[in-house]
Formats: sequence, structure tokens, C-alpha cells
Amino acid sequence: MRAKVHVFLKPGVLDVQGKAVEQALHGLGWGGVEHVRVGKTIEFDLKGGDRAAAEAEVKAMCEKLLANTVIESYRVELA
Amino acid sequence: MKAAVIVFPGSNCDRDCKVAIERSTGASVDMVWHGDTALPDGVDLVVLPGGFSYGDYLRCGAMAALSPIMTEVKAAAGRGVATVGICNGFQVLCEAGLLPGALLRNEKLKYVCKTVELAVVNNQTRFTAGYAGRREVAMTVGNGEGNYFADEDTLDRLEGEGQVVFRYLANPNGSARDIAGIVNTRGNVLGMMPHPDRAFEPELGSADGAVLFQSALASA
Repeated sequence: MRAKVHVFLKPGVLDVQGKAVEQALHGLGWGGVEHVRVGKTIEFDLKGGDRAAAEAEVKAMCEKLLANTVIESYRVELA
Repeated sequence: MKAAVIVFPGSNCDRDCKVAIERSTGASVDMVWHGDTALPDGVDLVVLPGGFSYGDYLRCGAMAALSPIMTEVKAAAGRGVATVGICNGFQVLCEAGLLPGALLRNEKLKYVCKTVELAVVNNQTRFTAGYAGRREVAMTVGNGEGNYFADEDTLDRLEGEGQVVFRYLANPNGSARDIAGIVNTRGNVLGMMPHPDRAFEPELGSADGAVLFQSALASA
């Protein structure tokens, strides 16, 4: 099973990278761009076919290491 | 008196911490590798140094916080042993859950390296008792992710409980409420972005950092 974990700073946390990218896009003429957030995606293969078990496992990985839930939120995709 | 400096792969202020503690207090300092599973017997002070542990991969301090030695550091902190995290060490303490909050990318996206003036907000802690009568000290910062963040309730609680120990007089990185250093509720775990280990002799521009190590060991 292939897991994709998307990690972003929470909405209330200032994303300075997002701000910088937004300003750069404005500078290139894309003035309609708003609320840019820069996050990261972590992908990996996971052994075992049980989807529910995999979801629980990846969630545990996020809570323990992949995201810092003080400042970040995460979303898991399994395929 | 005995101190231990934890060495993670990518730490770069570990030697600075050792020399700073030895010269300012006379204590013996053991270097402890992150993969070790024991701290020296009878250790009075544990220091997590600055640097780029694990290359700052994933998040600053995230992987270091899960190192084998951190189980022992947590246990020692739980027993009341004085524990100090400086710069990357502060990030590790937050990631390990020994201190609240987290350190974000600096507001202006720049690595900041300069001397900063600090207000000693609380000189009643075991780390700052030696600053009695002094309201301001000077140390240097060198960080790209030193922007302290916590939710408003946590910040209110930190301020209300006297856990904010140092504040920047001129905020270099966007840190919430100008916070430069905090202690845990029990007062035995200190995290700070400025480097006392780079300010232990007048020749370095400031000897104010020496007082911190002296206070920490005098309280042990």
C-alpha cells in the first residue's frame, strides 16, 4: 500500500514561506493569488493489505514524528 | 559538580558548551552520544547544545527528540535534574514535549546571527538566580528557526506562571511576545534561543552566559 502524508502549518500559524511565494507570484503578474501555503508531502510504501490498520498506523506515525501537531495539521492518503 | 552535554549528529555547539561550562563553573563535563542509553551517574546538569541535529531534516529537533538518549534526558528532567536546551537544544526540548510550543521559521525568512539584548524577566529561577539585581544581559543568537510559537492560552499561562525567563529587547525573529527563553512549570527545564555558551568570557563580547551555568550548578 502506498501512503501519502500531506503536512501543512495550521491555518492560524503564520506561513512565512507561503507569504514569500505569494509575493513572488504577484510580482510575476498573478495578482489574483491569495492565501498561499507551503507544505510538504511524505510518501512511502507500507506492507500489509488491511486499509483500516494502515490508516491507524500512519496516523500514529504522524502524531509521533511526521507532524508536530502544535503547529501543523496533516492529511493521509492511502492507495 | 558534574554536567553532561548531549551530542547529536549535526550538533555544532557541543564543544562550546563543554568549554563554557568548564571555564565558568569548574564542573567536569561528559560528552554523551545521542545513541547512548545512560547519563553519567550523579549528573547535576544536562545540556542540549545548538547545531543542526539530523541536518534539521523534517523539522528542527524532530528526529533528535526521538534519540535513544532522550528517554534518559526525560527521566532525569522528571527527577528534577537541571536541563538546558540552547538553540537547536530548545527546539529538541519542544519537540520532545519537555517544553510547550514550537519554533517556527524566522518571520523575515533570514538566518539571524548577532548579539541581542535580553530582559531577565524572571530572576527567581534556578538558572537565573545569579542575575539578581540585573535586568538586562547580552548574548548572541544564531538561528533560522527561532520564532517561538504557542497558542494564546499557553502564552498567557507561561507569562502568568513566571515561565518566561528571557525576552528580546529588540525582537530579531518574530518570536511570540518577544520570548527568548522559557522554563517548564517545575522550573528545572530551560529552553532558550540565545547562546550562553558563546558568552562566557569578556573576550567573547559578554560574560553573561557564565552566570547562567553558575546558577544552574549552584542550585543542584
